Amino acid sequence: MNVEPSMRVEDKLYYNRYLVDVGHPHVKVRAHTTPSPQLLALLKVCPARCYELNDNGQVEITVDGCIECGTCRVIAEPTGDIQWSHPRGGYGVLFKFG
Amino acid sequence: MIEERFDAIVVGAGMAGNAAALTMAKRGMKVLQLERGEYPGSKNVQGAILYADMMEKLIPEFREEAPLERHLVEQRFWIMDDRSHVGMHYRSDDFNEERPNRYTIIRAQFDKWFSSKVREAGATVLCETTVTELARDDRERVVGVRTDRRDGEIHADVVVLAEGVNGLLGTRAGLRARPTPDNVALAVKEMHFLPRETIEARFNLKGDEGVVIEAAGTISRGMTGMGFIYANKECISLGIGCLVADFQRTGQTPYGMLDHFKQHPSVAPLIAGSEVKEYSAHLIPEGGYKAIPQLHGDGWVVVGDAAQLNNAIHREGSNLAMTSGRIAAEAIVQVKSRREPMTATNLSLYKKMLDDSFVIKDLKKYKDLPTLMHTHSQNFFLTYPQLISKAMQNFVRVDGTPKAEKEKATLKSFVRARSWTGLFGDACRFARAWR
Repeated sequence: MNVEPSMRVEDKLYYNRYLVDVGHPHVKVRAHTTPSPQLLALLKVCPARCYELNDNGQVEITVDGCIECGTCRVIAEPTGDIQWSHPRGGYGVLFKFG
Repeated sequence: MIEERFDAIVVGAGMAGNAAALTMAKRGMKVLQLERGEYPGSKNVQGAILYADMMEKLIPEFREEAPLERHLVEQRFWIMDDRSHVGMHYRSDDFNEERPNRYTIIRAQFDKWFSSKVREAGATVLCETTVTELARDDRERVVGVRTDRRDGEIHADVVVLAEGVNGLLGTRAGLRARPTPDNVALAVKEMHFLPRETIEARFNLKGDEGVVIEAAGTISRGMTGMGFIYANKECISLGIGCLVADFQRTGQTPYGMLDHFKQHPSVAPLIAGSEVKEYSAHLIPEGGYKAIPQLHGDGWVVVGDAAQLNNAIHREGSNLAMTSGRIAAEAIVQVKSRREPMTATNLSLYKKMLDDSFVIKDLKKYKDLPTLMHTHSQNFFLTYPQLISKAMQNFVRVDGTPKAEKEKATLKSFVRARSWTGLFGDACRFARAWR
């Protein structure tokens, strides 16, 4: 099968329109030394790849590209690994098609 | 603080919230609707198919005004393995009727229009407003909401929670549980733009006719999931989703699965040369009947996705949302017209009316299917699709093998993969859950 190279998720996010609420991230990762299995799962399952490992092996989030699906909330809020809120009114992703 | 007191506050401007706000405003109630997006629809994601019957009950003349894409004349179901698909297509000219039954829509555009109707009916619609908390009195009754707009509370006799699958208010207030990884699916979607004529040629359509394709099989890599391809006027909505628990277990990535689906030899030619203009993701309630929370209490009701009202088997959700929103509103109007308070007891009318509707009847019918699909996902989404594909190829390929031998080989492959007991068990389990 002729397979085209896949596009990076980070580049896909440029299709979308966002109003970033600078300084007010709506999702926060709890400080940790070793990531829990739930946090590690977010590295793969987040559809916008907002979660990444830093050089110290801890999970970090950059919320700018978040598409507000809530998957990380379902997985990692119960364990206290993340805090999830909706962005402030008007901010965040703004779908043109939805 | 908004000093005004409202008869009802509706949280959310999706299908359920709009249906509720419209129904109550039309009946003369003083309604405030709050939406966190910049405009109604800006946070809403769906496939999307609109079911006309349920829309007609809200706005009978919607066909003349609403931004609709294509009316569906054809439905395709595909069982896929990595190189093939076995399909069942139903196409009928009956669907080219005066009042078509189903349409494809683009939610952001449709919701904007739907919301304009809510405003016309007299409701106050406030966008860019995130509701942060439910306000309760000392007896724990819900008496209004708090928002991120300014300090203070907005009060109402009743709050309609139409906050969607990921709604925080109801869960934070302990009125219902947070969705769990095994009762929500994560779907990712892209909008592929192509010239109108190209879409019509590729899907064998004329005018505003439309097609949907629902696909299952090895595309979800043994996880409980489905792909979809919907033809709009000048674009194709294409996506795939799986249970969050399955993504968590397997470490598969949603975008990886979407890429794989797009590159499938049956899918790639449909979107070749397209320009992608949006990438979105959304959770879908998949828990069915057993996941439905408490639907009402003192001063509140919950509707739509927030109440897990989604029929995953028939791919119906927005119609359950708008129906539950309308029914909740009708119940509230009745309680109000009797001049009675919005207590849990009085609002149980909503539950009773919903129980009598197709919404709960349908979900009850399939109450055991979500668990079956989940616990047997390897068989239903990997083994059987592969077996079916092989069987079909064996059936159609002409190579001098006598037909009896071919049939024997096919049967053998099924028994080898699942054993007689396994096959019989799967058939029984499926029949029992479907019944």
